[in-house]
Amino acid sequence: MGRAEARWGVLFAMPAILGFAIFTIGPMVASFVFSLTDWTVGATPRFIGVDNYRAMVDDPLFWKSLGVTTYYTLAAVPIALVVGFVVAMLVNAGWRRQSVWRTIYYLPTLVPAVASAVLWIWIFNPDSGLFNSVLRALGLPTSNWIYSESTAVPSLIIMSTWGFGNAMVIFLAGLQGVPRHLYEAVALDGGGAWAKFWHVTLPFMTPVIFYNLVTGVIGTFQVFNQAYIMTSGGPNNATLFYIYYLYTQAFTDSQMGYASALAWVLFLIVLVITAALFRNARSWVYYEAGGAR
Amino acid sequence: MSSAMQSLLRAGRHGGATGEQVRGGQPFTRAMMFAVLALGAVVMLMPFAWLVRSALMTDAQIFINPPQWLPDPVAWQNFPDALTAQPFARYFLNTMIIEALVVTGTVLTCSLTAFSFARLRWRGRDVVFGILLTGVMLPYAVTLIPTFVGWAALGALDTFVPLTLPAWFAGAGGGVFNIFLIRQFFLTIPYEMDEAAYIDGANPWQVFTRIVLPLAKPVIVVVTIFTFIGVWNDFLGPLLYLSDSRNFTLALGLATFQSTYTAQWGLLMAASFVVILPIVLLFFVLQRYFVEGVTLTGIKG
Repeated sequence: MGRAEARWGVLFAMPAILGFAIFTIGPMVASFVFSLTDWTVGATPRFIGVDNYRAMVDDPLFWKSLGVTTYYTLAAVPIALVVGFVVAMLVNAGWRRQSVWRTIYYLPTLVPAVASAVLWIWIFNPDSGLFNSVLRALGLPTSNWIYSESTAVPSLIIMSTWGFGNAMVIFLAGLQGVPRHLYEAVALDGGGAWAKFWHVTLPFMTPVIFYNLVTGVIGTFQVFNQAYIMTSGGPNNATLFYIYYLYTQAFTDSQMGYASALAWVLFLIVLVITAALFRNARSWVYYEAGGAR
Repeated sequence: MSSAMQSLLRAGRHGGATGEQVRGGQPFTRAMMFAVLALGAVVMLMPFAWLVRSALMTDAQIFINPPQWLPDPVAWQNFPDALTAQPFARYFLNTMIIEALVVTGTVLTCSLTAFSFARLRWRGRDVVFGILLTGVMLPYAVTLIPTFVGWAALGALDTFVPLTLPAWFAGAGGGVFNIFLIRQFFLTIPYEMDEAAYIDGANPWQVFTRIVLPLAKPVIVVVTIFTFIGVWNDFLGPLLYLSDSRNFTLALGLATFQSTYTAQWGLLMAASFVVILPIVLLFFVLQRYFVEGVTLTGIKG
């Protein structure tokens, strides 16, 4: 075979190689070049060096969008991790009908993003929505949810928590990999449920926690649909998520150059966060000798 | 999403192997745990109940004060009204055309590429694969604008081309995960089968189509489902590339429906229900096949 095999190999891999060149590398380079220009759609791009990046420093909306996105990430990711972990432990507790629980908690993640957004606008409706109807019936104070500056992001965090099933099923899969004989060892030493959790379950789950953390952070940094469909970034820019701001810059204000610079800064931010998480992981993520994962 | 589903399958196969540690717990603890799970399940299902309830109510019932919790009488009329208020049949057709092109392209080119990376030897193969894998980490925003500008320059705006053609290049971007998944699966098939075929004079294409691909049905089904759901849910793509409402997909159509019929919650919930239902049905119908298919051959993520 030898040489012929190599030819076939390259030929078969061609779709992916071409795809990567055309749809990833090419656009990445182009995006960086765009970011060095002043370019409004319809006009000729003008090279301005790093002025777009400099302009971001003085752009209050850039900082606002970064703040909103960070706030959302810092709340939504830990909540999904903790709730997902606890529910995964509960679901995994040896019920006869485990798959029923698993399905119920996973179900919300199947709802298409647009349908979910439309549904939650209605749930958050201040007059006749689900939340305020229930609160009123219980005689409790109501809220303006996504329609008030202070509660808009918390509302979206509540909505995102509905989708914790994603993290849960990954935890659930991880729990299957915890060696059972270690629980028996702890029991022999007189350890209770807490000792089992603390000395066996948790250490073995750290790689899974880490995986959910990284994918969670990368995901929340790219939130767009909720801001576009539910709040239009408002009220008063309270939900001006980073990608939504980038989108309005590019496709509403036609500032392709500035929007490209925003994209590259996002790329760098995600890169730095991911690198920092990986670095930090060394101190708390436990890998079995022999590298099971 | 995709890795979550994959994990779901893996979890399904073992069905609570570690459950032992708590099974012998105090009856009171068990009861408490059950109560928490049940309460949580009610909370999780509440939005679905609210969706169905509202989809079956007239506006008069919806806005009455104090609120009326259940539809009485049931307003079935919301469904035909919603689905004819905008051309949802057309949106469905458009979505299915895009689905057919994207799913076919993704499955074909990703499996072909995965075959090359898993079972053919060529210089630089693993380096190339490693480079492709870095694409998974890339935020989509970085390639968004130039890609859009490129399609605009080619006059492809308001066509399905920008939404479907990349799929024929092994999914492009997000498709790398599919290649990875299929490759992992291919690696579990004994290489002796390929060798025997090569000795009989087969070429790699024949080995791929007649030996490896037929054995890889479970992973192909999984990739098909991931891809189908991804297209069904995609909002930003159609939002960017489609402008004539006759070209809209269901997701985009639903979003515009929402902005047009802002306060007609009965209609909006009926339309949302129709968009959600196929995915939920798909999950319930294929869940078993999923679990079995993956169990048989043991995918390792």
